[in-house]
Amino acid sequence: MRLSRPARGLLATITAVVLALIYLPLLVVFVNSFSTSQNLTWPPPGFTLEWWAKAFQSDGALDAVLTSLQVALASTAIALVLGTLISIGLQRFEFFGRDAISLLVILPIALPGIVTGIALNNAFRTGLGVQLSILTLIIAHATFCIVTVFNNVIARLRRLGTSLEDASSDLGAGIWTTFRLVTFPQLRSALFAGGLLAFALSFDEIIVTTFTAGSSVKTLPLWILDNLFRPNQAPVVNVIAVVLVLVSIVPIYFAQRIAGAEKVVR
Amino acid sequence: MTVDASAPPTRRAVVPPQRGSIARRGSVFLSRHPRVRLSLLLGAPLFWLGLVYIAALAALLITALWTVDSFTGQISQTWTLDNIVAVLTGSLYQTVTLRTVGVALLVTIIDILIALPIAFYMAKVASPRAQRILVIAILMPLWASYLVKAYAWRSVLSQGGIFEWLVSPFGGHSPGYGLPATIITLSYLWLPYVILPIYAGLERVPDSLMEASADLGGGTWSTLRLVVLPMIWPAIIAGSIFSFSLSLGDYITVNIVGGANQMLGNLVYTNVGAANNLPLAAAIALIPILIIFAYLAAVRRTGALNNL
Repeated sequence: MRLSRPARGLLATITAVVLALIYLPLLVVFVNSFSTSQNLTWPPPGFTLEWWAKAFQSDGALDAVLTSLQVALASTAIALVLGTLISIGLQRFEFFGRDAISLLVILPIALPGIVTGIALNNAFRTGLGVQLSILTLIIAHATFCIVTVFNNVIARLRRLGTSLEDASSDLGAGIWTTFRLVTFPQLRSALFAGGLLAFALSFDEIIVTTFTAGSSVKTLPLWILDNLFRPNQAPVVNVIAVVLVLVSIVPIYFAQRIAGAEKVVR
Repeated sequence: MTVDASAPPTRRAVVPPQRGSIARRGSVFLSRHPRVRLSLLLGAPLFWLGLVYIAALAALLITALWTVDSFTGQISQTWTLDNIVAVLTGSLYQTVTLRTVGVALLVTIIDILIALPIAFYMAKVASPRAQRILVIAILMPLWASYLVKAYAWRSVLSQGGIFEWLVSPFGGHSPGYGLPATIITLSYLWLPYVILPIYAGLERVPDSLMEASADLGGGTWSTLRLVVLPMIWPAIIAGSIFSFSLSLGDYITVNIVGGANQMLGNLVYTNVGAANNLPLAAAIALIPILIIFAYLAAVRRTGALNNL
């Protein structure tokens, strides 16, 4: 199939228009973070740096960012370990119930967050009798983060096949050595991509978080929800969103470079 | 392949000759017993998912069969089907279920229709460099908080907001807050989750197949319909699982831009919080659970679950 020039042009135009639409609300957020108006009037009546100054002095916001980082890092770490184990188990072995297990991994992300949230909340408080805390929150986040690691790693394992691992064990390497020197290096970029998605998922999660975080734990989304409708704080929230988007370029760029370096020519 | 024996030893991966060590013996034992290996691999994750997740879900479903003591507000463990019957027969629940499923389906269809041309352009037309930039451009908005983006749409669609400002010269109006705003916002929020799997699916379609189809006389549309579409169908379904299930459980977006409309998530939320009726909330939660299970069962055959 060879696309005609007009067809290519049309596709490029559609892509450009949709990208513009995707960035329009972000642009509004960006502009509003400098606006003197607190109630979203358009066009903005004046320019101010007040909110940017306030954002960097806001202890609540900085604490919330730190809490979110902790939760996201911990749940990503757990998800990386569990997701890798489960994908090796499912990809390298044939056994009864394999489909059921892959469904089990997908379920926490496929079922609505509010279902996962109240189920875990109920289980923690009435089932196990534990207080909600940052630990219960990490457990909840790790549960739905496993799937992103699982998907990336299992797709990679499927593509790799077992010939290199077989060669390694034929040459006398034990299973630890084979994993350390052969399998793991080939999985690294898949782990990075899956871990990045898991991190993003956890960092931005609000619904499960509402039900599984202890009352003293304020993640960034919880803090944003508290402050979004306060006239004095809403512009500060805009500043934080802008900063997050800008900072996110770094990990995404690296993920892309790693993926690009390994890409097979199409 | 020849091995350069004179290369410094640090450059070569050296397999440690530690026969008889515990690690070595463990390794030998494990390679002879694949079942043990499998259970060691799956033990921890299954323990986690089974204990944390499935047990919690099961407990929630059992709660749906209990009731709340109207005096103490405590859950009393009397078995009753009242909650389930109330949810099945109440007209409120039927209306809200239909509305929620309708919104989720519309969001999914809109997202797929938008994602297809973009993903195609990214995977098959753009240069490798442009391709990389486009992926970054699609991924970046994911990092702006969900709440901030929903709130940005509230601002865009508000009276005197940028949407009105853009369309009023042409005699247009902002749709205001309501179901259309909810559908627009949800489609916006989940679009990257739909574009990415479809893009990955299209990347796996070899250009040579499309050229072969053209050489055999297939026009653009018939190539797309008969060659490309069947190959990326699992990826499309995989994307739809995200947009469908994320929309099905949402209650925050509809609070921010939906006006007075309620979705299933709102009903669950009010019953957990303000109404303090966890059994009824659990019974309502059964609706999305059943819908998702039906959906997953329907799409399992397409192989979509391997494409998430």
